[in-house]
Order: sequence, then C-alpha cells, then structure tokens
Amino acid sequence: MIAFHDVSKQYDSLVALADVSFEVADAEFVFLVGPTGAGKSTILKLVIREELPSSGKVFVDSLEVSSLPSSRIPHLRRQVGTIFQDFKLLPQRTVAENVAFPLEILGLPDREIDKTTKEILELVNLEHKANHFPSQLSGGESQRTAIARAMVMRPEIILADEPTGNLDARSAWEVMQLLGRLNNLGTTVIMATHNIDITSSLPHRKLELQKGRVVHDTKQKGSKQKNK
Amino acid sequence: MRNLTRLFKIAIVRITRNPYHTLAAFLVMFLTFFVAGAFVLLSIGSNTLIAYFESRPQVTAFLKDGTSPEKVKGIQEGLAKTGVVSKTTYISKEEALKIYQERNKNEPILSEFVTAEILPASIEVSTYKLEDLSKAADILKNEGAVEEVVFQKNIVDTLNTWSDTFRKVGGSVVVFLMLTTFLIMLIVIGLNISLHQDEIEIMKLVGATAGYIRTPFIFEGVFYGLLSSVVATGFLWAIFTWATPALEKIFSGVPILPGSPLIFLYLLVGEIVVGTSIGVIGSLVATRKYLSI
Repeated sequence: MIAFHDVSKQYDSLVALADVSFEVADAEFVFLVGPTGAGKSTILKLVIREELPSSGKVFVDSLEVSSLPSSRIPHLRRQVGTIFQDFKLLPQRTVAENVAFPLEILGLPDREIDKTTKEILELVNLEHKANHFPSQLSGGESQRTAIARAMVMRPEIILADEPTGNLDARSAWEVMQLLGRLNNLGTTVIMATHNIDITSSLPHRKLELQKGRVVHDTKQKGSKQKNK
Repeated sequence: MRNLTRLFKIAIVRITRNPYHTLAAFLVMFLTFFVAGAFVLLSIGSNTLIAYFESRPQVTAFLKDGTSPEKVKGIQEGLAKTGVVSKTTYISKEEALKIYQERNKNEPILSEFVTAEILPASIEVSTYKLEDLSKAADILKNEGAVEEVVFQKNIVDTLNTWSDTFRKVGGSVVVFLMLTTFLIMLIVIGLNISLHQDEIEIMKLVGATAGYIRTPFIFEGVFYGLLSSVVATGFLWAIFTWATPALEKIFSGVPILPGSPLIFLYLLVGEIVVGTSIGVIGSLVATRKYLSI
C-alpha cells in the first residue's frame, strides 16, 4: 500500500503539492492525471525518495519513506520499478545489458542474471532485440525495454511517468497492455499521463491533480474534493 | 567479489572512453612521480657521496721524493701527539701505483706508462672532528718533507650545503607537484562524474548503493596513480641505466655506481603507495564533492 498523508512540496516559491492525501491499495492501478505542473511527477518522486516532502508523510507499506535513512533508499528503490517518458536507458549497453543492470547491482551470479533477463525479454517480446543498442530500437521497443528493466527485480510497485508520451498510438497500447498484465499479476501500478484516450478507455482509478491538489478521485463516489 | 569485478569493468570502460581525460591525468601524475623519484635518487646519491668523502682520509699530505721512513714516522708521531688525529696511514709509491691501477683497471692504456716512480708517497690523516682538520693540515704544511696538502673539509662542506639546498628545493617542488596532482585528480574525476550523470541517475533509480556508484570512480583514481607511478619509476630506471657508464666516468673512484636494483624496488613500492593513495583520496574527495547520492 502507498499512502500520502497531508503531503506538501514546495520549491522556493513554487508549490508543487499542497496537503495531498490519498491511499493506493496493493495491486491497484491508478492514473495520475492533470496538466503539466499539476504535481504528478512530484508524487512519483516522493514515493521513491527522489524528493523529500516539505511537510506530511509518505508511506510505502509500513515504511515511512520521508524519514528513511539514506542508506535504506536503495532497498526501497529495488521494491519500486520506475518507467519514464524518455526511457532512461544506458546508450552504451545492449537491451539485454540494460535489463540485466539492476540484477548486476544486486550481485547475482551471471548465469542467474542471463536466465532472468531472457525470461523477462520473452515476456515483453524483445528476445530478438537482446543484442541491439537503444539507438537501434523504436520508441515502443525502448519503452518495453525500460518496462523489462523495471520488472526484472520483480517489484511490488511500478511507477510510470508519462510512459506513452513519446510513443505512437499502437506502441502506447502495447505498453498499456504490458502494464495491465503486470497489474493482473498483482503489481501495484501508478501511472502519470496526459493521454486522455488511454485514461478514458480504461476502467482504472483516476486521481486528478491541479496546481498541486487532488481535485478528483474516481475511487470515491462522485467527484470528491480531497483538499481544501 | 563478483560486484568488484563488474565495477572494475565499469571503471575500465569509462577510462577508455575518455582518452583525453585519462591522458591528462596520467601525464600530470607521471610528471610528479618522475620528478619526485628523480629527487629521491639524487638525494640518495648525494648522501652516498657525502658519506664517502666523510669516510675518506680528510687530509692527504703528498711527500717529496726521497723522504725517509724515519722522517715519515716522525711526522706521524708528531700528529698523534696533538690528540686530535684519529688515524694516520702511510701510502708508499708502490701502494699508490696499486691504487691507481685498481681505479683504472678498465682502462689499461692509462696504467701502461705510469710507474711507481712518478707517483708521490703520501700520508693520509683522519681527525675525530671535522673542525680539527685545519690544525692537522697546518702541521703538515709546516713539514719540510711535505710537497702538497689536499684538504677535503671544503669538499664535504660544499657537498653538505648543496645537498641541504637540493633537499629543500626538491621537497618544495615535490609538495607543489603533489598538490597539483591531487587537484587534477579532483577535476578529472569531477568531469567524469558530470559526463556520467545520466548513468548515475539510472543507477540510483534501480537501487544502486552509494558505494556501488562511487567505487568505479575510486578504481579510476587508483588506476591513474598506479599506472603513472609504475611508468615514472620505469623511466627513471631506464634513464639511470642508460646514464650509468657516463656517470661512472664522472665519479671515477667514488663507489656510488652502479646503484643497487633494490633502490629502484623501494622507489617503485614507495611511488605506488603514494600514487594509489593520491588516487584514492582524490577520487574519494571528488565523489563526496560532486556526486550527490
């Protein structure tokens, strides 16, 4: 479970989040929607402790992320897979090497890394591109590689920040199908997006943000104002 | 261990992908260790030279031809009575010839026409204290049988003055170069951190620990220090080996050459220790300063 309790985040005079509170249950799929600057990415950054809240508390399961010591942050991030609009792949590494990277960090033996990487690449239909470099991939393939890298640690949570933002419609739906499959397998997915086509055609919960506040949460009956 | 091998590979890839950084760091560190090593060797050489002159008879009195053994004995007894002389040694013409032949054994032409007759007999005198050399020299100068007095105090004093100045200047230059090297290490590692920001960001996102992210940069520092210290010592050894025959002629009779290979072994170990220390400390400071984890 992920929980935000009265969380605010301010950058100098800019308010990114203002007294935001919500909970995301295990295995739930949630869209964060809203215009640019609404605070969607800030929420994701707070979950993985890339940012600290100015006030309030963020929980991942029973772990209070905001007060986590620095030495524990890597352990948190191994439980949370992240996917970005710009893919964030290492250009000098092949697809297989990019996917294997988190496993290398864990210090797993080569044979185990190769086996897991192969399984994950099959899952995202990229086994034939294993030895290609990111520059040789299409947008959709790059994003599937990024998803494979996020999946390889078998995280309980996946955070996706505009994962379809750079993709054509077909590739975008392939990515959504993958995320849907992961969610069906029990992974919690939080996805920040502008893509109205996707959010309106899927039945998942939507948290709408504007100017750092949650203005609409479809989990609640009707359109509730969660914040003042 | 498995991760160390992987991190080592990451460091090697980064080093080879930035050849200009690598070359700049290597050249600066090489210069530092080359100069430092040269000063160490010259310092050892000057110490050996001073020790040699100090251990030699400090006043040598060359005798006129035909000086009788009784006269020589009288001079020696007169010196002994002063109480400042620790040792006197009489070198006959024949012994002088043997010494000459031994010193020039590699050049038989020099010995061919020299006979005992043309070499003077001498008395070599050592004193307990350097300041008493003048007294011994004055006594010998006043002896009618003495042709010439060679006085080594000036040589030792001059060598000591040079050696002291040399150590001070050399030490200052080495300290300055070490500081420069350390700063260059900070800049090179700092630049590499900037160049790999994207990679570092991805490492952080997938759960890499601070140690995992820092270690390749530390390896990089160790690599620069290790390589430059080994190459600098190798260069010094090559130059020393090449110059030894010429130096042996200059320091003919002074046993400072050929130098012991052990000196280069100690120098290599010393430079490796200092080089890797600068590499480790420089890269640690750079990662603390430029790497936000």
